Amino acid sequence: MRRVTTRATPPSPIGESVPRRDGIAKVTGAARFTSDLSVPGMAWAKILRSPYPHARISSIDTAAALALPGVIAAVSAADLADVELYYGHALADHPLIAHGVVRYGGEPVVGIVAEDPATAEEALALVSVEYDPLPVVTTVEAALAPGAPILHEREAEQRPQRGFEEAIERDHPNVCSSSTQRWGDIDAAFAGADLVVEGDFRYPISYAYAMEPYTAIAHWSDGGLTVWSSCQHPFMVRDDLARCFHLPLSAVRVIVPYVGGGYGSKSYTKIEPLTAALALRADRPVKLALSIEESILTTRGDGAVVHIASAFDGDGRLRGRRAEILLNTGAYAENSPLVGRKAANRICGPYRIPAVDVTCRAIYTNTSPASSFRGFGAPQGIFAGESQMDEAAERLGIDPLEIRRRNVVRPGEALWSKARGMDADLDADLLLAADALAWDTPARPGRGRAICISASDAGSEPVTTSLLRVHADGSVTVTVGSTEIGQGSSTVLAQIAAAEMDLPLDRVHLLQSDTTAASYDRSTGASRTTTLVGLAIQAAARDARSQLLEWARDALAGGGTVEPAKGGVLVAGVHHDWGAIVRAWFAGAGGEVVGRGYLRRAGSMTAMPPFWEIGCVGAEVSVDEETGQIRVERLVTVGDVGCAINPQLVESQDVGAAIMGLGIALSEELVYTPEGSLLNGNLVEYRVPRASDIPPFTAILAERGDGVGVYGAKGGGEGALNPVAAAVANAVRRATGIRLHEAPFTPERVWRALRERDPGREGDG
Amino acid sequence: MRETVELSLVVNGRAHPIRVEPRETLADVLRERLGLTGLKISCDVQVCGACTVLVDGLAISACTYLAADAEGHEVTTVEGLARAGQLSPLQQSFIDAAAFQCGFCTPGMRMAATALLAENPAPTRAQVVAGIEGNICRCTGYVPIIDAILEAAGAVDAAGVSEGAR
Ligand code: FES
Ligand code: FES
Repeated sequence: MRRVTTRATPPSPIGESVPRRDGIAKVTGAARFTSDLSVPGMAWAKILRSPYPHARISSIDTAAALALPGVIAAVSAADLADVELYYGHALADHPLIAHGVVRYGGEPVVGIVAEDPATAEEALALVSVEYDPLPVVTTVEAALAPGAPILHEREAEQRPQRGFEEAIERDHPNVCSSSTQRWGDIDAAFAGADLVVEGDFRYPISYAYAMEPYTAIAHWSDGGLTVWSSCQHPFMVRDDLARCFHLPLSAVRVIVPYVGGGYGSKSYTKIEPLTAALALRADRPVKLALSIEESILTTRGDGAVVHIASAFDGDGRLRGRRAEILLNTGAYAENSPLVGRKAANRICGPYRIPAVDVTCRAIYTNTSPASSFRGFGAPQGIFAGESQMDEAAERLGIDPLEIRRRNVVRPGEALWSKARGMDADLDADLLLAADALAWDTPARPGRGRAICISASDAGSEPVTTSLLRVHADGSVTVTVGSTEIGQGSSTVLAQIAAAEMDLPLDRVHLLQSDTTAASYDRSTGASRTTTLVGLAIQAAARDARSQLLEWARDALAGGGTVEPAKGGVLVAGVHHDWGAIVRAWFAGAGGEVVGRGYLRRAGSMTAMPPFWEIGCVGAEVSVDEETGQIRVERLVTVGDVGCAINPQLVESQDVGAAIMGLGIALSEELVYTPEGSLLNGNLVEYRVPRASDIPPFTAILAERGDGVGVYGAKGGGEGALNPVAAAVANAVRRATGIRLHEAPFTPERVWRALRERDPGREGDG
Repeated sequence: MRETVELSLVVNGRAHPIRVEPRETLADVLRERLGLTGLKISCDVQVCGACTVLVDGLAISACTYLAADAEGHEVTTVEGLARAGQLSPLQQSFIDAAAFQCGFCTPGMRMAATALLAENPAPTRAQVVAGIEGNICRCTGYVPIIDAILEAAGAVDAAGVSEGAR
């Protein structure tokens, strides 16, 4: 690990790679995930799914299934008149179970609840459903063609306060959402350009593959609903459940045990409403544990078709960028409207561009619903935009590193009007990556190198709370609504609390992700936890300390002077720790002080985004010209994180994110036929990276204390994924002369491009 | 009534008399019947390694191994590796190297590593990579896992994280 630090030294244990708090539970197998839980009296659910990608349901007969011994309930939309069927993060267009129509192959049609999973499975075969097939569209081009079948006849409610407030320009009924990013005089920018590069790029439909499949348990009791779920945003799930079942928020409790991977794929509501509906009809606690094949059908990443043009001056300075992005969003909106919003922002890159005209539209197709996936709209556009930076550099005879250095915004400079100024030193990041790749020395023959950079408006909404309770022995419990999904929040947030309270780490414990017992957090995503929850904990600690000071004055100093001291106060030269103050104030009968931390869009959180998340990746590749196989010889990441609270965990995030990006660059793609069949909806044929695929890796952390978070921290964990596909494509260009326009860069695609290669290697674009 | 067979399953050194259906997998029986939820089920088709346990010391995928076939063999799960209050060298090195994030792959990864080190106590980096090739980790990018196994084998690679898998 390399750390480049120019920030002030923070208090211990900030900046220290303390062991993970969940370490022993995870290495001994004691850690319990939702899939490991059961509730007394629990029954099991299995889901009958549509074999058709688009069809009207003409009849459903569950009598034979219900007659099977051990079957408790068979539920379809017709049985749920008392439930609000339609949910969805930005648009409520998604029925929790098919309602008259199925819009993708694999959509849930009937849920069976039985005493055991095998009986539920057996009963599925006894349900008979008749369908009237409808015409199918699986690509954005087909979905936008005149006369294309319309997926949604019904106008969906655009939900307030979900971060997508734009008026949707629906020039075709299959447009799910639209977003634009425009400034400057775009026509003049292109008219006066010395060079315009223009092209089409395609980014695949991808699958996050969290190893723990979607799993939920729902239990109705005492007039309320408790749900255990492998999800990232318990409070958002709570809100959707309350809406579906007409309950007050306080009657819904969502608890998140350990989560077996998320990467965005467990953001927002997934199978929880369906599980709760089945439990309601079965009148039993119900567990719904999907298989991986079913999980693939539940959520995947947005594929994209990008048409992009960039205008440059002769010295390589960007004058303007035009882009039209079409996201293949699948059958339901899920969170794609926000992915589209971010894609429109993020395709601009971290560059000073005088004029921009970007449109992004999310398009409904008869494929599984797309939603958040690490990077969130960034990699789709970055692949296109960063490919064009190299293309322009080549055509203008400028070094690809140099053209980026000329265009990146400087610290404090805003990418667009009203945006937070850049809280990173992008030029310095580029130089770190270049240094690690030995940019100044020529690559070995047959190899190519590239450096790509991105900036994401990250952090989501700054709405976060925390309670910090100091007990009578001076130890501390912190409650937060943020989920430990593997990123290490249970360790990092404890480090922040320990530092803020001057306590050893083992005196601090965290309670996370329980909507009744823990405090509110809007979401666990957009790389926001360390920054936003960290600030809420800091505020709670300060609130607790100021109360403790007051109490010490009251109970220990008879109203006289107390001096703040490390881990407590000094009264007449005598040190009293936090516990002593609590005990004195409650006169020795226990007690605790409760510190409150609230974070909202005010103060340092007024300017949006809360922070910029930087992706800076270098790659060196070679290509086997016989097979088209790309071999990545080295990957470099620069994690520009302000202050790494726990460097080992930050580094692990960067390595994991970059390797995930490498999977999409080289092999990962869910393939749909025009007829709507998913050809590779399993892990045998959807190939994710294995140990032997990992190239030599250099992870660099740049800590300049320039983040808005505690001790100058800001978020990481997604950035390193975003530029990987572009970096590999640009490095392949330098190694072979071919320009790749479609990810993943499979041997077949590379081989074809090699066959078509212009022997002169010129004239690309 | 479904057909069942009577078995005596020896798991982590203890015999469990148990009645199972012939089609039940070892993974299901261990998790749902014996409460040994350390092993995980992900792909369910012998691709990911999350369900790896040892049968007579050899790493197998419990998701595709019939419980009935384990009769007469010694099954070891991740729970069987824990020594009262004492972390094994592999456990310690996994923690030291932060060789996991979500931890869902970790029990399977540890069983694969245990089998590997039992067979080859001083593996090279390439042998470690080959030894965990059947185990997917979606979080870490494998680098810290490889380092942790090498460390446990007493073969700490000074170059650490920078050496990747190759
Ligand atoms: S669950 Fe058995 S190998 Fe994947
Ligand atoms: S730690 Fe999450 S899959 Fe390996």
